[in-house]
Amino acid sequence: MTFTRRETLALGLGAAALAAMPGASFASTEEAIAAFTGGAEVGEGGIELTTPEIAENGNTVPVEVSAPGATSIMLLATGNPNPDVGTFNFGPLAGSRSASTRIRLAQSQDVIAIARMEDGSFTRTSAPVKVTIGGCGG
Amino acid sequence: MAKGVKPRVKVPKSAEAGEVITIKTLISHKMESGQRKDSDGNVIPRSIINRFTCDFNGENVIDVTIEPAVSTNPYFEFEAKVPEAGEFKFTWYDDDGSVYEESKSIAIG
Repeated sequence: MTFTRRETLALGLGAAALAAMPGASFASTEEAIAAFTGGAEVGEGGIELTTPEIAENGNTVPVEVSAPGATSIMLLATGNPNPDVGTFNFGPLAGSRSASTRIRLAQSQDVIAIARMEDGSFTRTSAPVKVTIGGCGG
Repeated sequence: MAKGVKPRVKVPKSAEAGEVITIKTLISHKMESGQRKDSDGNVIPRSIINRFTCDFNGENVIDVTIEPAVSTNPYFEFEAKVPEAGEFKFTWYDDDGSVYEESKSIAIG
């Protein structure tokens, strides 16, 4: 099998792009989800995650999450060095099952929210966020 | 105790019994993530607030577990039900063991 110069270049670029993908963090995202759900099946729907489509500054990205009937909601940033962001646990006097905060995102990525419902089931949603300037310093 | 930590909380002064109110909290804290390096290339050790709780008359409203991905000066907005007059108590727990507290009372009517 022989390659022309152009094909070789394209192949090299493709491989470099693949290597740069946040694959390493992907595995730990799965681990974090498993730790939260205990391996239970995660459904969809009944949870809403509001994020900006484009965040100019990854150091402070406003996110809002709401899941009626949830007892706790976990947020994950799949493209961060450590995907954990935080978990909201709602007490008996919580006025609604929603909260908002500001988070750091290292690069453009999907933000995932997983809610544990009162009946013990889990539901998830995700939202892509484009980050212009990453927020993990260096 | 980390320097210059100042909690700020916004709670309405009064509410109807059973009303749901919005609470906004902010605490000034650098939230060093443990990912950054200083000019010599040494990793700056992690120093964050790792937990925030809000209680009303001893009953829990929200309990947040915080990881380094939460921004500098952590901000939280959430809703609480006010069954009676009383006091909201806000507590932040620092990595270094410090605890920052703030309280706000609310009247009915």
